[in-house]
Amino acid sequence: MPDQLLFAMEVSLNGLMTGIMYALVALGFVLIYKASGIFNYSQGVMALFAAMTLVGIQEGRVPFSHLINSIFGTHITEFGFEVPALLAILLTVAVMIAFALFVQKFVFRHLVGQEPIILFMATIGLAYFLEGVSDLMWGSEIRQLDVGLPQGINGAIDNATFEALGYGFFIDNLDISAAIIAAILVAVLIAFAQYTKQGRAMRAVADDHQAALSVGISLNYVWILVWSLAGIVALVAGVMWGSKSGVQFSLSLIALKALPVLMLGGFTSIPGAIIGGLIIGMGEALFEFVVSSNDLFGAWFGFTFSATENWFAYVLALAFLVFRPQGLFGERIIERV
Amino acid sequence: MLDQPEETHGDGVAPELKDREVLLSVNNIEVIYNHVILVLKGVSLAVPKGGITALLGGNGAGKTTTLKAISNLLKSERGEVTKGSILYRGERVQHLSPSDLVERGVIQVMEGRHCFEHLTVEENLLTGSYTRKDRAAIADDLDLVYSYFPRLKERRKSQAGYTSGGEQQMCAIGRALMSRPETILLDEPSMGLAPQLVEEIFGIVKSLNENEGVSFLLAEQNTNVALRFAHYGYILESGRVVMDGPAKALRENADVKEFYLGMSDEGRKSFRDVRSYRRRKRWLA
Ligand SMILES: Nc1ncnc2c1ncn2[C@@H]1O[C@H](COP(=O)(O)OP(=O)(O)OP(=O)(O)O)[C@@H](O)[C@H]1O
Ligand SMILES: [Mg+2]
Repeated sequence: MPDQLLFAMEVSLNGLMTGIMYALVALGFVLIYKASGIFNYSQGVMALFAAMTLVGIQEGRVPFSHLINSIFGTHITEFGFEVPALLAILLTVAVMIAFALFVQKFVFRHLVGQEPIILFMATIGLAYFLEGVSDLMWGSEIRQLDVGLPQGINGAIDNATFEALGYGFFIDNLDISAAIIAAILVAVLIAFAQYTKQGRAMRAVADDHQAALSVGISLNYVWILVWSLAGIVALVAGVMWGSKSGVQFSLSLIALKALPVLMLGGFTSIPGAIIGGLIIGMGEALFEFVVSSNDLFGAWFGFTFSATENWFAYVLALAFLVFRPQGLFGERIIERV
Repeated sequence: MLDQPEETHGDGVAPELKDREVLLSVNNIEVIYNHVILVLKGVSLAVPKGGITALLGGNGAGKTTTLKAISNLLKSERGEVTKGSILYRGERVQHLSPSDLVERGVIQVMEGRHCFEHLTVEENLLTGSYTRKDRAAIADDLDLVYSYFPRLKERRKSQAGYTSGGEQQMCAIGRALMSRPETILLDEPSMGLAPQLVEEIFGIVKSLNENEGVSFLLAEQNTNVALRFAHYGYILESGRVVMDGPAKALRENADVKEFYLGMSDEGRKSFRDVRSYRRRKRWLA
């Protein structure tokens, strides 16, 4: 088999793995958008905040230590003990639920019935607010996140592909575990939405607020629920991304990667977010591989591109948008009288 | 001040339901939308236990607004009851949430059906039981709903958005039944349905009323059908009750015949065009 083809296969596989990360972030958007019509600009910052909180708790840092120290002239930064990963994750989930309660109680409760654009603006404000809180609580240094996920090259895949194709694929164990965890998360979410009473209420609210109110569903409760779920999804995305490249401000920019995924997959479809993420992840990696390669693109055109991952996803999504405005799996708008 | 003559007022209850307990009483309420638009200008009515009470009137008369004031769905539409009181079993219910009211047995079936389109028919019905905790009884009630609406059983696995208008109306009523209501506020069930289907739906409403003891407050533009099935009727015009009485009396009333039952050559007119009614505020507290 020609080398280029093998490289391309490896690149695609790795692209798929990255796509899963995109999909996870997009999923957070979809959950909130479906149930409340709010496009939550702060989803990326939520991932940052969740990852920061997780590291902070794990390392036993004192939240708001800068603030405390500068007010009281003290020098505390750490509690002096470490919290096991699992417990730290549970505590972070609790923090994300508290955040959901906060958002609902102090922001969106007061904006019920407002125009979508106003709700969107509110989430922009929320994003900057949360960024500030994250900074104040945990500081802005880059932190290493390690919750015990396996890292490094996957030997089995390396060996197997070497035996079969004569070239060992480099696939990171971290990406594989991310893929598995993402798959489980999605399965659980779908089962929850499909087969539980609260999940049904969530879908009912997504379909028709007024009717949901009329049967006694509390919108407030459902919205707290979806913000909590979006918070948990953000945590998972933050953990995956943070384990890979450290927890730092740029983590919040993964939200920008989720936008083309949403354009592709539709804002209301969970499967759409997943497939959209995979397509963008793989498309982006393959495109970069082809146009930056001297042997392929360079040989044909005499020049090459680089750093295409910044814009390729948007171009791809725009192309889709022209032909299928509701996205790949956007819910069919049922039209009948 | 306009006032209405004596003979256009009934006793507030149909003769056959005279000794029944009054479940719901609306006393001289005023409703304002967006803080400025005054829509109801003093509406009073009573719903006796076990009765079908009709709320009649043309477009924009305020029927839907009255029902929403009772079920408290007004709030989410920026509407507000600014005067008067609404009592359910003697309890003031204005400050309650729609879900509190559902728990007390009052549920609204909205105008235009409002099924959850992407949920199946059965899932739609189950959302009606959201406020309930008695799981086993919910399954029984599902069977009960299917026995009243066999068509829903056939279509239980279809997405509600793809069912016919009649089926959606049944679905909306069935969904309300799943909350085990004592009183259903039913808003224009006849809207957009063929006459035959309207008969079928009203027939089911009647049997729910007779067999399950559900009380109805029924908003309708279709005066003819409503007065055949209801015990008592109120006629609303521009946010005021202009006439009320037992359904039979209303059916035979010359003005109702002329203006609402279309038995005149001159077409439909407002009461006000004919003579000025002096409004008698018998419901005023
Ligand atoms: N959300 C709202 N904001 C402002 N005005 C409203 C609102 N809803 C209804 N109205 C106004 O209140 C008046 C009464 O409306 P309502 O819907 O109660 O009438 P209706 O008797 O149910 O009419 P129809 O038979 O057409 O359904 C109308 O003039 C309408 O324009
Ligand atoms: Mg109406």
